[in-house]
Amino acid sequence: MGRIQVILKRELAGYFATPIAGVFIVIFLLLSGAFTFYLGNFFVRGQADLIPFFDFHPWLYLVLIPAIAMRLWAEERKEGTIEMLLTLPVTIWEVVAGKFLAAWVFTGIALALTFPMWITVNILGNPDNGVIAASYIGSLLMAGGFLAIGSCMSALTKNQVIAFILSVVVGLGFILSGFPMILNLFSGWTPHFILDTVSSFSFLTHFHSISKGVLDLRDIFFFLTLIAFWLFATATIIDMKKAE
Amino acid sequence: MGTMVEITDLRKDFGSIVAVDGVTFSVGQGEVLGFLGPNGAGKSTTMKMITGFLTPTSGSAKICGHDILEHPLEAKKRIGYLPEGAPAYQDMTPAAYLTFIGEMRGLGGQDLQKRVADTVEKVNLQSVLGQPIETLSKGFKRRLGLAQAILHDPEVLILDEPTDGLDPNQKHEVRTLIRTMAPEKAIILSTHILEEVQAVCTRAMIIANGKVVTDGTPADLEGQSPNHNTVVLTVRGGDVYAIQAQLVKIDGVSKVEELGQDGELRQFRVFPDQGRWIIADVGQCAREQQWEVAELHVDRGQLDEVFRSLTAPKQALT
Repeated sequence: MGRIQVILKRELAGYFATPIAGVFIVIFLLLSGAFTFYLGNFFVRGQADLIPFFDFHPWLYLVLIPAIAMRLWAEERKEGTIEMLLTLPVTIWEVVAGKFLAAWVFTGIALALTFPMWITVNILGNPDNGVIAASYIGSLLMAGGFLAIGSCMSALTKNQVIAFILSVVVGLGFILSGFPMILNLFSGWTPHFILDTVSSFSFLTHFHSISKGVLDLRDIFFFLTLIAFWLFATATIIDMKKAE
Repeated sequence: MGTMVEITDLRKDFGSIVAVDGVTFSVGQGEVLGFLGPNGAGKSTTMKMITGFLTPTSGSAKICGHDILEHPLEAKKRIGYLPEGAPAYQDMTPAAYLTFIGEMRGLGGQDLQKRVADTVEKVNLQSVLGQPIETLSKGFKRRLGLAQAILHDPEVLILDEPTDGLDPNQKHEVRTLIRTMAPEKAIILSTHILEEVQAVCTRAMIIANGKVVTDGTPADLEGQSPNHNTVVLTVRGGDVYAIQAQLVKIDGVSKVEELGQDGELRQFRVFPDQGRWIIADVGQCAREQQWEVAELHVDRGQLDEVFRSLTAPKQALT
Protein backbone atom coordinates (compact mmCIF):
# COMPACT_ATOMS: atom_id res chain seq x y z
CA MET A 1 0.00 0.00 0.00
CA GLY A 2 1.42 3.36 -0.98
CA ARG A 3 1.85 6.09 1.58
CA ILE A 4 -0.80 8.29 -0.07
CA GLN A 5 -3.27 5.44 0.35
CA VAL A 6 -2.28 4.92 3.98
CA ILE A 7 -2.93 8.60 4.71
CA LEU A 8 -6.16 8.54 2.71
CA LYS A 9 -7.38 5.53 4.65
CA ARG A 10 -6.57 7.06 8.03
CA GLU A 11 -8.12 10.42 7.20
CA LEU A 12 -11.26 8.86 5.81
CA ALA A 13 -11.61 6.65 8.88
CA GLY A 14 -11.14 9.84 10.91
CA TYR A 15 -14.25 11.40 9.37
CA PHE A 16 -16.32 8.40 10.33
CA ALA A 17 -14.77 8.04 13.80
CA THR A 18 -16.15 11.45 14.71
CA PRO A 19 -19.64 12.90 14.29
CA ILE A 20 -18.34 14.98 11.37
CA ALA A 21 -19.30 12.39 8.77
CA GLY A 22 -22.85 11.92 10.02
CA VAL A 23 -23.54 15.60 10.55
CA PHE A 24 -22.10 16.60 7.20
CA ILE A 25 -23.90 13.95 5.18
CA VAL A 26 -27.27 14.50 6.87
CA ILE A 27 -27.09 18.28 6.51
CA PHE A 28 -25.91 18.02 2.92
CA LEU A 29 -28.76 15.68 1.98
CA LEU A 30 -31.38 17.70 3.87
CA LEU A 31 -30.30 21.01 2.39
CA SER A 32 -29.88 19.74 -1.14
CA GLY A 33 -33.36 18.19 -0.93
CA ALA A 34 -34.95 21.26 0.59
CA PHE A 35 -33.38 23.59 -1.96
CA THR A 36 -34.43 21.40 -4.84
CA PHE A 37 -38.05 21.01 -3.83
CA TYR A 38 -38.81 24.36 -2.22
CA LEU A 39 -36.52 26.95 -3.76
CA GLY A 40 -35.97 25.09 -7.01
CA ASN A 41 -39.66 24.35 -7.59
CA PHE A 42 -38.83 20.84 -8.70
CA PHE A 43 -42.49 19.82 -9.09
CA VAL A 44 -43.94 23.08 -10.34
CA ARG A 45 -41.50 23.18 -13.23
CA GLY A 46 -42.91 19.92 -14.49
CA GLN A 47 -39.65 18.96 -16.17
CA ALA A 48 -37.81 15.70 -15.76
CA ASP A 49 -34.32 16.95 -15.04
CA LEU A 50 -32.12 17.70 -12.04
CA ILE A 51 -31.28 21.30 -12.89
CA PRO A 52 -32.91 22.68 -9.73
CA PHE A 53 -30.89 20.14 -7.74
CA PHE A 54 -27.49 20.90 -9.24
CA ASP A 55 -28.07 24.65 -9.42
CA PHE A 56 -27.74 24.91 -5.67
CA HIS A 57 -24.58 22.86 -5.38
CA PRO A 58 -22.13 25.78 -5.67
CA TRP A 59 -23.87 27.52 -2.77
CA LEU A 60 -24.10 24.39 -0.65
CA TYR A 61 -20.44 23.67 -1.24
CA LEU A 62 -19.51 27.26 -0.49
CA VAL A 63 -20.62 26.80 3.11
CA LEU A 64 -20.30 23.07 3.73
CA ILE A 65 -16.97 22.23 2.08
CA PRO A 66 -14.97 24.72 4.16
CA ALA A 67 -16.39 22.93 7.20
CA ILE A 68 -14.77 19.73 5.97
CA ALA A 69 -11.55 21.34 4.82
CA MET A 70 -10.92 23.63 7.79
CA ARG A 71 -9.52 20.84 9.96
CA LEU A 72 -7.20 19.37 7.33
CA TRP A 73 -4.11 21.23 8.49
CA ALA A 74 -5.24 23.58 11.24
CA GLU A 75 -5.92 20.64 13.53
CA GLU A 76 -2.61 18.95 12.75
CA ARG A 77 -0.75 22.10 13.64
CA LYS A 78 -2.77 22.82 16.74
CA GLU A 79 -2.37 19.27 18.11
CA GLY A 80 1.29 19.06 17.09
CA THR A 81 0.65 15.86 15.13
CA ILE A 82 2.08 17.56 12.06
CA GLU A 83 5.50 17.04 13.61
CA MET A 84 4.82 13.31 13.85
CA LEU A 85 3.47 13.14 10.35
CA LEU A 86 6.24 15.08 8.62
CA THR A 87 9.06 13.24 10.37
CA LEU A 88 7.79 9.93 9.01
CA PRO A 89 9.48 8.82 5.78
CA VAL A 90 6.99 10.63 3.58
CA THR A 91 7.16 13.64 1.26
CA ILE A 92 5.04 16.69 1.85
CA TRP A 93 3.34 16.09 -1.52
CA GLU A 94 2.18 12.66 -0.46
CA VAL A 95 0.69 14.07 2.73
CA VAL A 96 -1.02 16.97 0.96
CA ALA A 97 -2.41 14.66 -1.72
CA GLY A 98 -3.51 11.96 0.74
CA LYS A 99 -5.38 14.38 2.93
CA PHE A 100 -7.02 16.14 0.00
CA LEU A 101 -8.06 12.86 -1.63
CA ALA A 102 -9.60 11.62 1.62
CA ALA A 103 -11.70 14.77 1.87
CA TRP A 104 -12.63 14.48 -1.80
CA VAL A 105 -13.64 10.84 -1.48
CA PHE A 106 -15.70 11.79 1.53
CA THR A 107 -17.59 14.52 -0.36
CA GLY A 108 -17.95 12.02 -3.20
CA ILE A 109 -19.69 9.65 -0.79
CA ALA A 110 -22.03 12.43 0.35
CA LEU A 111 -22.75 13.31 -3.27
CA ALA A 112 -23.37 9.68 -4.19
CA LEU A 113 -25.91 9.43 -1.40
CA THR A 114 -28.13 11.88 -3.28
CA PHE A 115 -28.98 9.00 -5.65
CA PRO A 116 -32.66 8.91 -4.51
CA MET A 117 -32.98 12.23 -6.32
CA TRP A 118 -31.87 10.58 -9.53
CA ILE A 119 -34.22 7.63 -8.97
CA THR A 120 -37.11 10.00 -8.27
CA VAL A 121 -36.65 11.92 -11.47
CA ASN A 122 -36.40 8.69 -13.43
CA ILE A 123 -39.65 7.42 -11.93
CA LEU A 124 -41.45 10.68 -12.59
CA GLY A 125 -40.32 11.13 -16.15
CA ASN A 126 -37.74 10.49 -18.78
CA PRO A 127 -34.68 12.59 -17.99
CA ASP A 128 -31.52 12.74 -20.04
CA ASN A 129 -29.32 10.55 -17.83
CA GLY A 130 -26.21 11.59 -19.76
CA VAL A 131 -26.74 15.17 -18.65
CA ILE A 132 -27.28 14.02 -15.08
CA ALA A 133 -24.09 11.94 -15.13
CA ALA A 134 -22.14 14.90 -16.51
CA SER A 135 -23.64 17.12 -13.82
CA TYR A 136 -22.54 14.72 -11.11
CA ILE A 137 -18.99 14.71 -12.51
CA GLY A 138 -19.06 18.50 -12.73
CA SER A 139 -20.34 18.76 -9.18
CA LEU A 140 -17.60 16.46 -7.89
CA LEU A 141 -14.94 18.46 -9.73
CA MET A 142 -16.29 21.67 -8.29
CA ALA A 143 -16.29 20.14 -4.81
CA GLY A 144 -12.61 19.31 -5.39
CA GLY A 145 -11.97 22.94 -6.26
CA PHE A 146 -13.59 24.17 -3.07
CA LEU A 147 -11.70 21.53 -1.05
CA ALA A 148 -8.34 22.50 -2.51
CA ILE A 149 -9.01 26.13 -1.61
CA GLY A 150 -10.08 25.02 1.87
CA SER A 151 -6.95 22.91 2.26
CA CYS A 152 -4.78 25.91 1.51
CA MET A 153 -6.69 28.19 3.89
CA SER A 154 -6.43 25.54 6.59
CA ALA A 155 -2.67 25.44 6.07
CA LEU A 156 -2.50 29.16 6.80
CA THR A 157 -3.69 29.02 10.38
CA LYS A 158 -3.98 26.91 13.51
CA ASN A 159 -7.44 28.27 14.05
CA GLN A 160 -10.20 26.31 12.35
CA VAL A 161 -12.71 29.17 12.52
CA ILE A 162 -10.34 31.47 10.68
CA ALA A 163 -9.69 28.71 8.14
CA PHE A 164 -13.44 28.33 7.62
CA ILE A 165 -14.06 32.04 7.08
CA LEU A 166 -11.12 32.45 4.72
CA SER A 167 -12.27 29.47 2.67
CA VAL A 168 -15.80 30.84 2.36
CA VAL A 169 -14.52 34.23 1.28
CA VAL A 170 -12.11 32.87 -1.34
CA GLY A 171 -14.71 30.38 -2.52
CA LEU A 172 -17.25 33.18 -2.85
CA GLY A 173 -14.79 35.07 -5.01
CA PHE A 174 -14.54 32.07 -7.33
CA ILE A 175 -18.31 31.75 -7.56
CA LEU A 176 -19.05 35.42 -8.03
CA SER A 177 -16.41 36.12 -10.63
CA GLY A 178 -18.92 34.89 -13.23
CA PHE A 179 -21.76 37.05 -12.00
CA PRO A 180 -22.85 40.09 -14.01
CA MET A 181 -22.78 42.09 -10.78
CA ILE A 182 -19.04 41.53 -10.46
CA LEU A 183 -18.33 41.58 -14.17
CA ASN A 184 -20.06 44.95 -14.50
CA LEU A 185 -17.46 46.38 -12.17
CA PHE A 186 -14.85 45.51 -14.76
CA SER A 187 -16.72 46.05 -17.99
CA GLY A 188 -16.48 49.34 -19.79
CA TRP A 189 -13.09 50.34 -18.48
CA THR A 190 -11.02 47.20 -18.77
CA PRO A 191 -9.96 45.43 -21.93
CA HIS A 192 -12.04 42.47 -22.95
CA PHE A 193 -9.42 39.89 -22.19
CA ILE A 194 -9.35 40.88 -18.50
CA LEU A 195 -13.11 40.55 -18.36
CA ASP A 196 -12.80 37.13 -19.96
CA THR A 197 -10.06 36.12 -17.57
CA VAL A 198 -12.11 37.12 -14.54
CA SER A 199 -15.18 35.30 -15.72
CA SER A 200 -13.12 32.30 -16.81
CA PHE A 201 -12.19 31.75 -13.17
CA SER A 202 -15.79 31.38 -12.18
CA PHE A 203 -16.86 28.05 -10.81
CA LEU A 204 -20.36 28.82 -12.04
CA THR A 205 -19.37 29.30 -15.67
CA HIS A 206 -17.53 26.00 -15.78
CA PHE A 207 -20.00 24.09 -13.70
CA HIS A 208 -22.96 25.30 -15.77
CA SER A 209 -21.33 24.36 -19.01
CA ILE A 210 -20.64 20.86 -17.66
CA SER A 211 -24.10 20.49 -16.18
CA LYS A 212 -25.65 21.26 -19.55
CA GLY A 213 -24.28 17.88 -20.47
CA VAL A 214 -21.24 19.11 -22.34
CA LEU A 215 -18.18 17.50 -20.76
CA ASP A 216 -15.76 19.92 -22.36
CA LEU A 217 -12.12 19.05 -21.67
CA ARG A 218 -11.44 22.72 -21.00
CA ASP A 219 -13.87 22.77 -18.09
CA ILE A 220 -12.43 19.58 -16.64
CA PHE A 221 -8.95 20.96 -17.17
CA PHE A 222 -9.98 24.17 -15.41
CA PHE A 223 -11.00 22.37 -12.23
CA LEU A 224 -8.05 20.00 -12.24
CA THR A 225 -5.56 22.85 -12.73
CA LEU A 226 -7.26 24.83 -10.03
CA ILE A 227 -7.00 21.88 -7.62
CA ALA A 228 -3.34 21.36 -8.51
CA PHE A 229 -2.61 25.05 -7.98
CA TRP A 230 -4.21 25.24 -4.54
CA LEU A 231 -2.59 22.00 -3.43
CA PHE A 232 0.77 23.28 -4.56
CA ALA A 233 0.11 26.43 -2.52
CA THR A 234 -0.88 24.22 0.44
CA ALA A 235 2.41 22.30 0.32
CA THR A 236 4.40 25.52 0.02
CA ILE A 237 2.63 27.13 2.97
CA ILE A 238 2.96 24.02 5.12
CA ASP A 239 6.64 23.85 4.38
CA MET A 240 7.09 27.48 5.38
CA LYS A 241 4.83 27.60 8.40
CA LYS A 242 4.94 24.10 9.87
CA ALA A 243 7.05 25.13 12.81
CA GLU A 244 4.87 27.98 14.00
CA MET B 1 29.12 0.46 13.33
CA GLY B 2 30.60 3.68 14.63
CA THR B 3 29.04 7.07 14.13
CA MET B 4 25.32 7.02 13.47
CA VAL B 5 24.38 10.65 13.96
CA GLU B 6 26.67 13.35 12.75
CA ILE B 7 25.76 16.96 13.37
CA THR B 8 27.92 19.67 11.87
CA ASP B 9 27.65 23.33 12.79
CA LEU B 10 23.88 23.24 12.96
CA ARG B 11 22.23 26.62 13.21
CA LYS B 12 18.65 27.86 13.27
CA ASP B 13 17.48 31.45 13.27
CA PHE B 14 13.89 32.48 13.84
CA GLY B 15 13.93 36.01 12.51
CA SER B 16 16.50 37.82 14.63
CA ILE B 17 16.47 35.16 17.35
CA VAL B 18 19.22 32.56 17.17
CA ALA B 19 17.65 29.40 18.56
CA VAL B 20 20.52 27.04 17.81
CA ASP B 21 23.95 28.55 17.33
CA GLY B 22 26.46 26.28 15.64
CA VAL B 23 26.02 22.92 17.37
CA THR B 24 28.45 20.17 16.38
CA PHE B 25 28.54 16.64 17.77
CA SER B 26 28.25 13.01 16.79
CA VAL B 27 26.68 10.00 18.42
CA GLY B 28 27.82 6.43 17.91
CA GLN B 29 26.14 3.09 18.33
CA GLY B 30 25.63 2.19 21.98
CA GLU B 31 25.71 5.78 23.12
CA VAL B 32 22.85 7.43 25.00
CA LEU B 33 23.31 11.15 24.75
CA GLY B 34 21.35 13.30 27.19
CA PHE B 35 20.50 16.86 26.19
CA LEU B 36 20.27 19.07 29.22
CA GLY B 37 19.46 22.70 29.34
CA PRO B 38 17.00 25.30 30.51
CA ASN B 39 13.70 25.76 28.71
CA GLY B 40 14.23 27.56 25.42
CA ALA B 41 17.90 26.58 25.25
CA GLY B 42 17.46 25.01 21.81
CA LYS B 43 17.20 21.32 22.71
CA SER B 44 13.88 20.73 20.95
CA THR B 45 14.83 22.87 17.99
CA THR B 46 18.01 20.83 17.54
CA MET B 47 15.99 17.62 17.64
CA LYS B 48 13.47 19.00 15.15
CA MET B 49 16.31 19.72 12.74
CA ILE B 50 17.92 16.29 13.16
CA THR B 51 14.59 14.59 12.45
CA GLY B 52 13.95 16.73 9.38
CA PHE B 53 10.96 18.64 10.69
CA LEU B 54 12.73 21.98 10.64
CA THR B 55 15.12 23.08 7.94
CA PRO B 56 18.36 24.38 9.46
CA THR B 57 19.47 27.89 8.59
CA SER B 58 22.89 26.35 8.01
CA GLY B 59 24.87 23.26 8.88
CA SER B 60 24.04 19.64 8.32
CA ALA B 61 22.73 16.53 10.03
CA LYS B 62 23.61 13.05 8.81
CA ILE B 63 21.78 9.93 9.95
CA CYS B 64 23.74 6.75 9.23
CA GLY B 65 25.48 8.64 6.44
CA HIS B 66 22.29 10.04 4.90
CA ASP B 67 21.98 13.79 4.92
CA ILE B 68 18.56 14.79 6.27
CA LEU B 69 18.22 17.56 3.67
CA GLU B 70 19.57 15.71 0.65
CA HIS B 71 18.05 12.27 1.29
CA PRO B 72 15.27 12.94 3.76
CA LEU B 73 13.38 9.69 3.19
CA GLU B 74 16.45 7.48 3.68
CA ALA B 75 17.40 9.38 6.81
CA LYS B 76 13.88 9.45 8.26
CA LYS B 77 13.48 5.69 7.79
CA ARG B 78 16.30 5.17 10.26
CA ILE B 79 14.95 7.49 12.93
CA GLY B 80 12.39 6.86 15.62
CA TYR B 81 11.20 10.17 17.02
CA LEU B 82 9.15 11.10 20.03
CA PRO B 83 8.27 14.78 19.60
CA GLU B 84 7.81 17.10 22.56
CA GLY B 85 4.47 16.46 24.23
CA ALA B 86 4.02 13.10 22.46
CA PRO B 87 1.38 14.25 19.96
CA ALA B 88 -1.00 11.64 18.51
CA TYR B 89 -4.33 11.61 16.69
CA GLN B 90 -6.80 11.93 19.53
CA ASP B 91 -9.75 10.21 17.86
CA MET B 92 -7.81 7.03 17.05
CA THR B 93 -7.18 4.07 19.31
CA PRO B 94 -3.58 3.13 20.16
CA ALA B 95 -4.00 -0.05 18.09
CA ALA B 96 -5.16 1.85 14.99
CA TYR B 97 -2.54 4.55 15.54
CA LEU B 98 0.36 2.12 15.76
CA THR B 99 -0.90 0.28 12.69
CA PHE B 100 -1.05 3.59 10.83
CA ILE B 101 2.51 4.50 11.82
CA GLY B 102 3.71 1.02 10.83
CA GLU B 103 2.04 1.24 7.43
CA MET B 104 3.54 4.68 6.86
CA ARG B 105 6.91 3.11 7.56
CA GLY B 106 6.27 0.48 4.92
CA LEU B 107 5.44 -2.39 7.25
CA GLY B 108 2.49 -4.66 6.59
CA GLY B 109 0.82 -7.99 7.09
CA GLN B 110 2.01 -10.35 9.80
CA ASP B 111 5.28 -8.52 10.33
CA LEU B 112 3.39 -5.37 11.24
CA GLN B 113 1.00 -7.21 13.56
CA LYS B 114 3.88 -8.88 15.32
CA ARG B 115 5.80 -5.65 15.75
CA VAL B 116 2.75 -3.84 17.09
CA ALA B 117 2.13 -6.66 19.56
CA ASP B 118 5.78 -6.74 20.68
CA THR B 119 6.01 -2.98 21.05
CA VAL B 120 2.74 -2.78 22.95
CA GLU B 121 4.11 -5.31 25.38
CA LYS B 122 7.41 -3.47 25.77
CA VAL B 123 5.72 -0.25 26.84
CA ASN B 124 2.77 -1.85 28.64
CA LEU B 125 -0.10 -0.54 26.57
CA GLN B 126 -2.17 -3.75 26.43
CA SER B 127 -4.90 -2.47 28.72
CA VAL B 128 -5.78 0.60 26.65
CA LEU B 129 -5.35 -0.64 23.08
CA GLY B 130 -9.00 -0.14 22.17
CA GLN B 131 -9.64 3.18 23.90
CA PRO B 132 -9.63 6.50 22.03
CA ILE B 133 -6.30 8.22 22.64
CA GLU B 134 -8.03 11.37 23.93
CA THR B 135 -9.28 9.40 26.94
CA LEU B 136 -5.83 8.13 27.94
CA SER B 137 -3.83 9.45 30.88
CA LYS B 138 -0.67 11.46 30.29
CA GLY B 139 1.47 8.43 31.16
CA PHE B 140 -0.21 6.21 28.58
CA LYS B 141 0.02 8.93 25.93
CA ARG B 142 3.73 9.29 26.56
CA ARG B 143 4.24 5.53 26.33
CA LEU B 144 2.23 5.43 23.11
CA GLY B 145 4.55 8.11 21.74
CA LEU B 146 7.50 5.96 22.72
CA ALA B 147 5.84 2.91 21.13
CA GLN B 148 5.45 4.61 17.76
CA ALA B 149 9.09 5.72 17.91
CA ILE B 150 10.49 2.21 18.46
CA LEU B 151 7.91 0.33 16.34
CA HIS B 152 10.18 -0.12 13.33
CA ASP B 153 13.27 -0.86 15.45
CA PRO B 154 15.17 2.22 14.20
CA GLU B 155 18.91 2.62 14.37
CA VAL B 156 18.59 6.11 15.77
CA LEU B 157 16.16 7.11 18.51
CA ILE B 158 15.42 10.75 19.26
CA LEU B 159 13.29 11.26 22.32
CA ASP B 160 12.16 14.69 23.47
CA GLU B 161 11.46 14.38 27.18
CA PRO B 162 10.53 10.69 27.16
CA THR B 163 9.65 10.47 30.85
CA ASP B 164 7.81 13.77 31.24
CA GLY B 165 4.49 13.21 32.98
CA LEU B 166 5.25 9.66 34.11
CA ASP B 167 5.06 8.52 37.72
CA PRO B 168 8.23 7.16 39.38
CA ASN B 169 7.41 3.52 38.49
CA GLN B 170 6.72 4.35 34.87
CA LYS B 171 9.87 6.47 34.71
CA HIS B 172 11.84 3.51 35.95
CA GLU B 173 10.26 1.23 33.31
CA VAL B 174 10.97 3.64 30.48
CA ARG B 175 14.58 4.10 31.62
CA THR B 176 15.03 0.35 31.78
CA LEU B 177 13.58 0.07 28.28
CA ILE B 178 15.97 2.73 26.99
CA ARG B 179 18.95 0.97 28.60
CA THR B 180 17.91 -2.36 27.08
CA MET B 181 17.72 -0.88 23.59
CA ALA B 182 20.87 1.19 23.96
CA PRO B 183 23.58 -1.29 22.82
CA GLU B 184 22.30 -1.54 19.21
CA LYS B 185 21.20 2.03 18.76
CA ALA B 186 22.29 5.61 18.98
CA ILE B 187 19.92 7.41 21.32
CA ILE B 188 19.50 11.12 21.92
CA LEU B 189 17.12 12.20 24.63
CA SER B 190 16.35 15.51 26.22
CA THR B 191 15.38 15.95 29.82
CA HIS B 192 15.09 18.40 32.67
CA ILE B 193 15.61 15.64 35.18
CA LEU B 194 19.24 15.40 36.13
CA GLU B 195 18.94 12.04 37.83
CA GLU B 196 17.75 10.69 34.50
CA VAL B 197 21.06 11.59 32.96
CA GLN B 198 22.85 9.64 35.66
CA ALA B 199 20.40 6.76 35.27
CA VAL B 200 20.45 6.21 31.51
CA CYS B 201 22.94 8.39 29.69
CA THR B 202 26.45 7.44 28.73
CA ARG B 203 27.10 11.01 27.79
CA ALA B 204 25.59 14.34 28.72
CA MET B 205 25.56 17.62 26.92
CA ILE B 206 24.42 20.88 28.44
CA ILE B 207 22.98 23.37 25.99
CA ALA B 208 22.35 26.98 26.86
CA ASN B 209 21.35 29.80 24.52
CA GLY B 210 21.70 27.53 21.52
CA LYS B 211 25.30 26.56 22.25
CA VAL B 212 26.88 23.42 23.66
CA VAL B 213 28.29 24.50 27.01
CA THR B 214 29.72 21.19 28.08
CA ASP B 215 29.90 17.67 26.71
CA GLY B 216 31.11 14.65 28.64
CA THR B 217 30.14 11.60 30.65
CA PRO B 218 27.80 12.18 33.59
CA ALA B 219 30.84 11.54 35.81
CA ASP B 220 32.81 14.27 34.01
CA LEU B 221 29.97 16.64 34.69
CA GLU B 222 29.85 15.72 38.34
CA GLY B 223 33.58 16.37 38.42
CA GLN B 224 32.88 19.98 37.51
CA SER B 225 30.86 20.40 40.66
CA PRO B 226 32.63 22.43 43.34
CA ASN B 227 31.62 19.74 45.85
CA HIS B 228 33.05 16.88 43.79
CA ASN B 229 34.91 14.35 46.01
CA THR B 230 34.39 16.38 49.14
CA VAL B 231 33.80 14.38 52.31
CA VAL B 232 30.72 15.06 54.38
CA LEU B 233 31.11 14.20 58.04
CA THR B 234 28.37 14.28 60.67
CA VAL B 235 29.41 14.03 64.30
CA ARG B 236 27.27 13.72 67.41
CA GLY B 237 28.31 16.16 70.14
CA GLY B 238 31.68 17.87 70.55
CA ASP B 239 32.91 21.37 70.01
CA VAL B 240 32.49 22.68 66.47
CA TYR B 241 35.67 24.73 66.44
CA ALA B 242 37.81 21.97 67.92
CA ILE B 243 36.58 19.48 65.36
CA GLN B 244 37.12 21.91 62.51
CA ALA B 245 40.65 22.60 63.75
CA GLN B 246 41.47 18.88 63.79
CA LEU B 247 40.05 18.29 60.33
CA VAL B 248 42.10 21.06 58.72
CA LYS B 249 45.29 19.49 60.06
CA ILE B 250 44.75 16.30 58.03
CA ASP B 251 47.22 15.94 55.16
CA GLY B 252 45.52 16.63 51.82
CA VAL B 253 42.69 18.72 53.21
CA SER B 254 42.43 22.19 51.73
CA LYS B 255 39.52 23.58 53.68
CA VAL B 256 36.66 22.67 56.01
CA GLU B 257 33.20 24.14 55.94
CA GLU B 258 30.64 23.85 58.68
CA LEU B 259 27.35 22.86 57.10
CA GLY B 260 25.23 23.34 60.18
CA GLN B 261 24.02 21.98 63.48
CA ASP B 262 20.87 20.04 64.21
CA GLY B 263 20.53 19.46 67.96
CA GLU B 264 23.46 17.22 68.88
CA LEU B 265 24.56 16.75 65.31
CA ARG B 266 27.27 18.86 63.67
CA GLN B 267 27.89 18.53 59.96
CA PHE B 268 31.06 19.45 58.06
CA ARG B 269 32.18 19.40 54.48
CA VAL B 270 35.88 18.63 54.01
CA PHE B 271 37.45 19.76 50.76
CA PRO B 272 40.46 17.81 49.49
CA ASP B 273 43.48 19.20 47.69
CA GLN B 274 43.27 18.74 43.94
CA GLY B 275 43.00 15.04 43.09
CA ARG B 276 43.34 13.73 46.66
CA TRP B 277 41.12 11.00 48.10
CA ILE B 278 40.68 11.82 51.75
CA ILE B 279 37.79 9.83 53.20
CA ALA B 280 40.12 7.25 54.80
CA ASP B 281 42.15 9.97 56.46
CA VAL B 282 39.05 11.72 57.73
CA GLY B 283 37.77 8.41 59.11
CA GLN B 284 41.06 7.71 60.85
CA CYS B 285 41.10 11.18 62.36
CA ALA B 286 37.61 10.65 63.70
CA ARG B 287 38.62 7.36 65.33
CA GLU B 288 41.74 8.89 66.87
CA GLN B 289 39.73 11.79 68.26
CA GLN B 290 36.98 9.39 69.39
CA TRP B 291 34.24 11.46 67.77
CA GLU B 292 30.87 9.79 67.68
CA VAL B 293 30.44 9.61 63.88
CA ALA B 294 26.81 9.61 62.70
CA GLU B 295 27.56 9.77 58.98
CA LEU B 296 30.58 9.83 56.71
CA HIS B 297 30.42 9.84 52.95
CA VAL B 298 32.04 11.16 49.78
CA ASP B 299 29.95 13.66 47.86
CA ARG B 300 30.19 12.90 44.12
CA GLY B 301 28.97 16.39 43.36
CA GLN B 302 25.51 17.34 42.26
CA LEU B 303 24.68 17.59 38.57
CA ASP B 304 22.20 20.34 39.25
CA GLU B 305 24.95 22.51 40.76
CA VAL B 306 26.93 22.10 37.57
CA PHE B 307 23.81 22.70 35.54
CA ARG B 308 23.07 25.92 37.40
CA SER B 309 26.61 27.20 37.31
CA LEU B 310 26.82 26.61 33.55
CA THR B 311 23.41 27.89 32.53
CA ALA B 312 22.15 30.31 35.15
CA PRO B 313 24.40 33.37 34.67
CA LYS B 314 23.61 33.59 30.99
CA GLN B 315 19.94 33.08 31.69
CA ALA B 316 20.02 36.00 34.10
CA LEU B 317 21.14 38.32 31.33
CA THR B 318 18.21 37.62 29.06
